[in-house]
Amino acid sequence: MTRIRRFLAGYLGLFALTAAACAFAAESLDTIIIDTGYDKQTRIAVVPFSQGPEFDGLQQMADIVGFDLARSGQFAAMEMENMLSFPTTSDQVFFRDWRVLGVEYLVIGRTRVGISGNLEVGYELFDVFNERQMISDSKTALRNQWRDVAHRISDEVFEAITGISGAFSTRILYVLAKNAGAPNASYALEVADSDGERARTLFASSEPILSASWSPDGRRVAYVSFEGGRPGIVLQDVASGAREMLPRFTGINSAPMFSPDGRQLAMVLSRDGNPEIYVMNMADRRLRRLTRHHAIDTEPSWTPDSQNLIFTSDRGGRPQIYQLELSTNLIERLTFQGDYNARARLLPDGKHLVFVHRRQGVFHIAWQDLERDDLRVLTATSLDESPSLAPNGTMLIYATQDRGRGILAVVSIDGRVKYRLPSSSGDVREPAWSPYIDVLR
Amino acid sequence: MTKQWLRSLFILMLSGLVLAGCASSGTQTEPTEPAVEPVETTDTTPPPAPPPQVSAFDANGNPYVPGTQRLLARTFYFEYDRAVIGPDDLSSLEMHATILRNNSERSIVIEGHCDERGTREYNLALGERRSDAVRSFLTSAGVSPRQIENVSYGEERPEDPGHNESAWSRNRRAVVIYR
Repeated sequence: MTRIRRFLAGYLGLFALTAAACAFAAESLDTIIIDTGYDKQTRIAVVPFSQGPEFDGLQQMADIVGFDLARSGQFAAMEMENMLSFPTTSDQVFFRDWRVLGVEYLVIGRTRVGISGNLEVGYELFDVFNERQMISDSKTALRNQWRDVAHRISDEVFEAITGISGAFSTRILYVLAKNAGAPNASYALEVADSDGERARTLFASSEPILSASWSPDGRRVAYVSFEGGRPGIVLQDVASGAREMLPRFTGINSAPMFSPDGRQLAMVLSRDGNPEIYVMNMADRRLRRLTRHHAIDTEPSWTPDSQNLIFTSDRGGRPQIYQLELSTNLIERLTFQGDYNARARLLPDGKHLVFVHRRQGVFHIAWQDLERDDLRVLTATSLDESPSLAPNGTMLIYATQDRGRGILAVVSIDGRVKYRLPSSSGDVREPAWSPYIDVLR
Repeated sequence: MTKQWLRSLFILMLSGLVLAGCASSGTQTEPTEPAVEPVETTDTTPPPAPPPQVSAFDANGNPYVPGTQRLLARTFYFEYDRAVIGPDDLSSLEMHATILRNNSERSIVIEGHCDERGTREYNLALGERRSDAVRSFLTSAGVSPRQIENVSYGEERPEDPGHNESAWSRNRRAVVIYR
């Protein structure tokens, strides 16, 4: 935690800011901010919360909140060293202390053990220039929900200031691979907080794991496992760890993706000799085949209304993105620029698409406005793949490579904010950003 | 023309009803006896029994190039984004077909693999196309589909973990594994 504070470079310029808070869990992802992008960031001070010796060993809650906000690129969080006072209650706040420092918003808070032994956290958000209290709230949680409380505070502060729902109380699912291809290869499906912390293994195997995705309630994940030497689709409960392998057909069983209404699971099967898109009704497990084409049809994902699928097909000779309307089976091509566009995901507004786009032989993540047909390349890295959107649609996480190592990276949807999530344990890839998860409720 | 017709007729007579029956049933060609190999002879006596053969397989069950102690190639490489068998690999695959026809108790898994470029799911499909290319070559050459299983690993199991052209060219492959 001291490293975070040391590197939180205040609002003078957050550049190449490192917060390797890996002292708590060796397998966690590091978070390295590459570019915050914005010329004018909102200047916020998150004052260290009162935090008694009963919480020794836990990271200062203000650091977790400050780093969440800094990662969004829209905020510059002030360093503790630059603060003139350390209020923890409203009556200790003197707005002029903060105004002279140019701070626009102020967060203060308190932690204590409640009568039931639970964790109790109170906090306030102030608008410094208008000398106005914007939030005053308290939260009760289990002791081991320390970080959950911090991320919830970040969400609320972010939303109160920007008007956009925060997506800090979310998780990322990803595959950690070691020695892929070698006889001693190991693969693990990991889940971590959105800041890379508290990583834990959901499933480990000596055979490949890929295409992990979340159920819309965030309670289950679906993925492809090659256990037993053949690909199969697995559904797994995140909390209990209980796994269910769907019936495996000959050939490819892959690319599972829950519909936003949770009623259906799209997937790819090649049981009839060619990869085709199917939809399984979750209630009766009945399968329905949707595509009938000798081309490769794969990578299905849903429109927000669960009425259409978007998918990758090379039916036009090269991989491009198509949309299929479930009620009519009508298919429409969505991408036309470039000769390789694949694995698309729609933004929550349903009007913008992010996908893998090849340009001059290099794979990037691109964004496309479906109405104006405008395409923008968001990433400057190479071998980029597997874009997955934060539930508020402001950022996406993807897999890329850094000096030969597989890492995860995040880019804002306008391409300006960038940070990376490498793992010291191996190659990380196939990220899937969870829906909103509220464990405190 | 006439000579070829006569030869075909001769082979058909030699192999008798078994082969005739199979030919009419189309794709379900049963593995045939080695004795039906066309032989350059007009003699009506059956060809001499083949000399006592050393094992066609090594200790791990992998086939030798027939008549040698040299292992037959089991990995076949592909061009970027393509699933077409290279002309140099056809003779090796012909030998695999012969070996599998003559050893109907043996079965194989054909793995399809890709290099890391492109999306993982698309590569899974591309890898299947590569293993399918080998499969259809072998079944067209008379190997029973029941002897063959296909698995695509996409880009998940690289032969070379590097991130350059030479690694990629080694990773775009189909591998025939004898069980």
